[in-house]
Amino acid sequence: MKQAIKIGLIGGVVEILLSLIGMVEAFSQRDIIAHVISMGHTLLIIVALFMGYLAAKRTPGKGSLWVLANSFLSGLIVGGLVSLLVIVGSLIDLRKVFVNAMPVLYELLTFKQGTQIGVFLLLGAGALSGVLAGLFFLSPKLLRRVLLISLGSVVGAGVLQDLLRPTFSLWGPLAIINEWLFTANGLTIQGAIGLFVLIAALLLFWSRKGSVIQTGFRQLPPAPQRILKMSGILILVFILLILPQVLGLFLSEVFTIVGLYVLLGLGLNIVVGYAGLLDLGYVAFFAIGSYTTAVLTSPELGFFSLSFWEALPFVIVMGVFSGVLLGTPVLKMRGDYLAIATLGFGEIIRILVLSDFLRPWLGGAQGIGKIPKASIAGFEFAGPQQIYYLILAGCLLVIFISLRLRDSRLGRAWMAMREDEDVAQAMGINLVATKLLAFATGAGFSALSGAIFATKLSSVYPHSFNVMISINIVCVIIVGGMGSIPGVIVGAAALVGLPELLREFAEYRLFVYGAALVAMMLLRPEGLWPEAVHRREFHEEEEKEAESKSSLELKSG
Amino acid sequence: MALLFTKKVTKRFGGLVAVGDLDIDIREKSIHSIIGPNGAGKTTFFNCITGFYKPEEGEILFNDHSLVGLLPDRIVRLGISRTYQNIRLFPNLTAMENILVGLHGHLRAGFFGIVMSTPATRKEEKEAAEEARRLLKFVNLAGKGDFLAKNLPYGDQRRLEIARALASRPKLLLLDEPTAGMNPRETQDMMDFIQHLRDELGITILLIEHQMRVVMGISETVTVLDYGEKIAEGTPTEIQGNPKVIEAYLGRGSTAEVSQVS
Ligand SMILES: Nc1ncnc2c1ncn2[C@@H]1O[C@H](COP(=O)(O)OP(=O)(O)OP(=O)(O)O)[C@@H](O)[C@H]1O
Ligand SMILES: [Mg+2]
Repeated sequence: MKQAIKIGLIGGVVEILLSLIGMVEAFSQRDIIAHVISMGHTLLIIVALFMGYLAAKRTPGKGSLWVLANSFLSGLIVGGLVSLLVIVGSLIDLRKVFVNAMPVLYELLTFKQGTQIGVFLLLGAGALSGVLAGLFFLSPKLLRRVLLISLGSVVGAGVLQDLLRPTFSLWGPLAIINEWLFTANGLTIQGAIGLFVLIAALLLFWSRKGSVIQTGFRQLPPAPQRILKMSGILILVFILLILPQVLGLFLSEVFTIVGLYVLLGLGLNIVVGYAGLLDLGYVAFFAIGSYTTAVLTSPELGFFSLSFWEALPFVIVMGVFSGVLLGTPVLKMRGDYLAIATLGFGEIIRILVLSDFLRPWLGGAQGIGKIPKASIAGFEFAGPQQIYYLILAGCLLVIFISLRLRDSRLGRAWMAMREDEDVAQAMGINLVATKLLAFATGAGFSALSGAIFATKLSSVYPHSFNVMISINIVCVIIVGGMGSIPGVIVGAAALVGLPELLREFAEYRLFVYGAALVAMMLLRPEGLWPEAVHRREFHEEEEKEAESKSSLELKSG
Repeated sequence: MALLFTKKVTKRFGGLVAVGDLDIDIREKSIHSIIGPNGAGKTTFFNCITGFYKPEEGEILFNDHSLVGLLPDRIVRLGISRTYQNIRLFPNLTAMENILVGLHGHLRAGFFGIVMSTPATRKEEKEAAEEARRLLKFVNLAGKGDFLAKNLPYGDQRRLEIARALASRPKLLLLDEPTAGMNPRETQDMMDFIQHLRDELGITILLIEHQMRVVMGISETVTVLDYGEKIAEGTPTEIQGNPKVIEAYLGRGSTAEVSQVS
């Protein structure tokens, strides 16, 4: 009871906060389902549902009536607090303090029904959300999963409509789906219901037959199994290759930005995720990569005028070298001290680049322009749709290297160091060499993304390399899951891709980052896509099989 | 012949002399126990041998190599490996990976060898995995290799820690209270296991122990520390009768342990 009240109060405060900072209003521009529900309302409902669920979960004893009562209560309180805001707002003009407390906000909150009716509607909506969440909590696990994922997909489709709509409309046959699913703003009603039913049906089917299919797959003889796996990979590669053509200019641009963050994230993942060295100055290596590329290739400065590919090896070497150089002074530092010191390095590099002293070489605040585009055999990586391939290749290379390293002596040394530095050392790991190697590898990856960034923009400016980039990358890794390669991709898509796609998000980017971090720490500290436990003991047979096969192939071939 | 030989080793923490003027000879292929009341400096002595602490004075010789001033990673390569009083596994690595980390010093693969996955690297990794599996089996953990270390039960963690120490192929193994927190049955198993290590693998064992039953049961030599200083040394029977030892334990009010055996 007390718990439910507390949870309800927290939920109410959160909703008031979301309203007063203008998020609800900004989000209500976009409809999830056209003319039925906007993204702003969805946000409020999700908070109320979540609080109802929490109240249900924290009910002692868990008698179902009590569960429902508690979730009802917390929902009611959430609604009550928001009504309170509406009432206070209708009596006093809050705009002097909260600029977003405008009439349009109250209209939204009261469903355009005026204060009196609106307050009752709000209370009702809150209570209803609470009860629904309680029922959800009480329902069997399968049903919960199906509901959660299907509803999530509908909301997701609504949120990502700008991504999905142009994709569908580009292809003749898919255009019909497009018309059926989307209006100019939001899903159609039949589209939303159809999507929900489709996903739910698929999930139910998978829960019935999934294990059968999986065992069936495993019982296949190795040869067709491999063919199936290979064709899966080929389809994935094919999709990745045609993506920019399908997605068009704007979305390709979004993909390149996400890709750059994936590259950066994978590099920092080695330093932070594997080796456990919290490096907050990671942007330094990105800057060094960009500036080295600029200095070596730009005719504006007239030092070298190399091509992108000629410059690239030097850029990587420079990155690795600076990784070692900046790593050396912080070798003895751990944890917070390391974070602060590296944070300083990031700033030092930016300020050095800005300085008048280095202006003749690095261009000062004006930066360096006229950086040539990369090209291979006449194919120029000019616009986002071409740069995409450059970044894709970079990501694949870096993923490949990361995977190889992770399952090796070096990867294990990094992870042992992360877990317990002293014991790692007592197990024969040379801390100096191992740490420097982590810094150098991460810096090399970062310099590579810096080089791509420089040719992408054709110019570099000091202000592109501020501390926010480091922070963003750290967030990407934490939200995705420390030490997890798919986690980096998911994290970058969520934290970098979403705000690019949703104009509404952009303004609240930092707020969303903060909320996401707090939520992750509380709900899923291991990250969105945590590193899977690496199975080795029983891989023996598979390994042997694969090996005998490859040796056979060698002989026959 | 002495495998490990210390002369007048002294380690101070501020004014506190944790280990004072300690001379110890550890014969090759022996099981040597160190006992003493709480805070006597036993663990500190281990930390001096393994390079965690640098003693202010004295000399530690292992196979005629001086260990003073060497870093822990050098010392383990010379052939000294250890376990910890409060288990210090790598909690988020699997049991298998914990052992593989122990093998680190015996693997040679470098950055490019790994990225290119050269035949040498692959061969080395395969052999390492085999050795790790063998060690798992050796400490009775076969089938648990894919568990995260932190998810193993206490007794398994103790044995995994020993397996990890063994992975570095030590000549001298330091065990810091290996039977702490074990019931009599587990304790007996651990004693058999330690004896087995010495008899089968020929590893010299230096052991810190609180349970007198274990000390008296398996060790050939016992050294007694009190306030960082050696107050007695000899065979278990000699130690049991030594009035100084009884006094040291009596003074701290833990007679039960000594008299328990006699
Ligand atoms: N890092 C340190 N800093 C300061 N004092 C220490 C440190 N490590 C140990 N000591 C002190 O040195 C003395 C010896 O400690 P040590 O841990 O070696 O005892 P021990 O014989 O292993 O005892 P126990 O049986 O409780 O494990 C104790 O008084 C302890 O407080
Ligand atoms: Mg101790």
